[in-house]
Amino acid sequence: MVLILFYLTSAVAIFATVMMITRLNAVHGLLYLILSLLAAGVIFFLLGAYFAAVLEVIIYAGAIMVVFVFVIMMLNQGQKTIAQERLWLQPGIWIGPSLLAIILLAEMLLIIVSGNNAESGHVVTAQQVGIALYGPYLLAVELASMLLLAGLVGAYHLTKPLFKTAEEEGKS
Amino acid sequence: MNSTLGSPANIIGILFSVILVSALLIWVERRLLAVWQDRLGPNRVGPFGLMQVMADMIKMFFKEDWIPSFTDRWVFVLAPTIVFITMLTGFAVIPFAPGVGIIDFNFGLLYFLALTSLSVYSIVLAGYASNNKYALLGGLRAAAQTVSYEVFMGISIMGVVMLAGTFNLREIVEAQRDGWFIGPQFLGFLIFLIAAIAESRRAPLDLPEAEQELVAGFHLEYSGMKFGMFFVGEYLGITLSSAVIVTLFFGGWLGPGLPPLVWFCLKTSIGIMFFILLRGALPRPRYDQLMRFGWKVLLPAGLLNLLLTGAIVLSLHG
Repeated sequence: MVLILFYLTSAVAIFATVMMITRLNAVHGLLYLILSLLAAGVIFFLLGAYFAAVLEVIIYAGAIMVVFVFVIMMLNQGQKTIAQERLWLQPGIWIGPSLLAIILLAEMLLIIVSGNNAESGHVVTAQQVGIALYGPYLLAVELASMLLLAGLVGAYHLTKPLFKTAEEEGKS
Repeated sequence: MNSTLGSPANIIGILFSVILVSALLIWVERRLLAVWQDRLGPNRVGPFGLMQVMADMIKMFFKEDWIPSFTDRWVFVLAPTIVFITMLTGFAVIPFAPGVGIIDFNFGLLYFLALTSLSVYSIVLAGYASNNKYALLGGLRAAAQTVSYEVFMGISIMGVVMLAGTFNLREIVEAQRDGWFIGPQFLGFLIFLIAAIAESRRAPLDLPEAEQELVAGFHLEYSGMKFGMFFVGEYLGITLSSAVIVTLFFGGWLGPGLPPLVWFCLKTSIGIMFFILLRGALPRPRYDQLMRFGWKVLLPAGLLNLLLTGAIVLSLHG
């Protein structure tokens, strides 16, 4: 049962990802990407990583992709970008990526056939994730937080208005 | 893993009553607002005007369900269904009473957060697909507002999670036997309440659809039953938010005398009425005020609450 669900979800994920790459309209592509991320969440869930599954949905599908859609809406692309996309997606482009993908597929099939499957259905609780993050991986967490802080400061600097608005002038 | 599924009778019963309540809220809101504003409200159709819901529904079904030619057709149709589906599936983890509920899931609280964060697509995509400047502005506001307030919502409930030691909503209710979390987590409750209003895009924080500036915002181009889905989706959101507030801060089904389910419904309906009262009582803030208030007041307050709760829990149990 779990195996059937797993392959079904994987098929959805792969289909959605392919559709996402081949869409000419950027928003349609993003919708497929969201679907692909949701499918990845379900796969995590099937493997017993409930915490990772929920975080995948909250953070990737629920927050980051919203920002992507937000930006693309602001850019307001028209027919011109669709024509450009069509130009980029010529059949010849597909040879390289397809070769790499076929190698990965062959590797995966080999693993499945040889029966060396990793143990699945091992439940990971939120506590375990927290203890791991703030125990052995504390340095990585702190480095990531510094990186995010740098990004935040940079974004603040970039969006700082050159001139004060009338309202702010009155306040200061 | 105790993620047990409720019986089919449970599932169908909850689905049916949730949709019924949301439809009924159309009447409740108009009637209550009228009472608070010293008017009568809809009182012509049926007893107390109760059949107004039916009249509204019949009207909506017979309106032309028009898709304008300049819209992004598929996305336009997809958008209203998202809010409906996400809000409805959100009820799966709500513990109505012992033995009444659809699923008992260890990450119930996170599941609720995930679904509220997905529901924003409905508004954003509606704004984009309508291909209309007002709708686009509404969609942009919705995206910024919900993504920001989601953060404070997540932080504000971590205090409750710390006190209860679990994400499971049933266990959170059980942990409130000695006292509701509204007491020790009052700051968290306030932040969660404001964030819940912003997430369900209710007045006074209904900036994505602010009638006076954006005509109707994201659902400007929608008519007929597609508009109806946005409408009922909003009421589903209010019901879901009230149910979660009751579960997290007001002890869920716990209460003396009456059966647990009655307590839960009673508390939830008070929550819903409070949401409606807010609409009648408060003016809408400006968009930049809303964002500034969120990031400069709610975020530090939420972090402070998190810090204090953590320190107290550690000093008591450590």
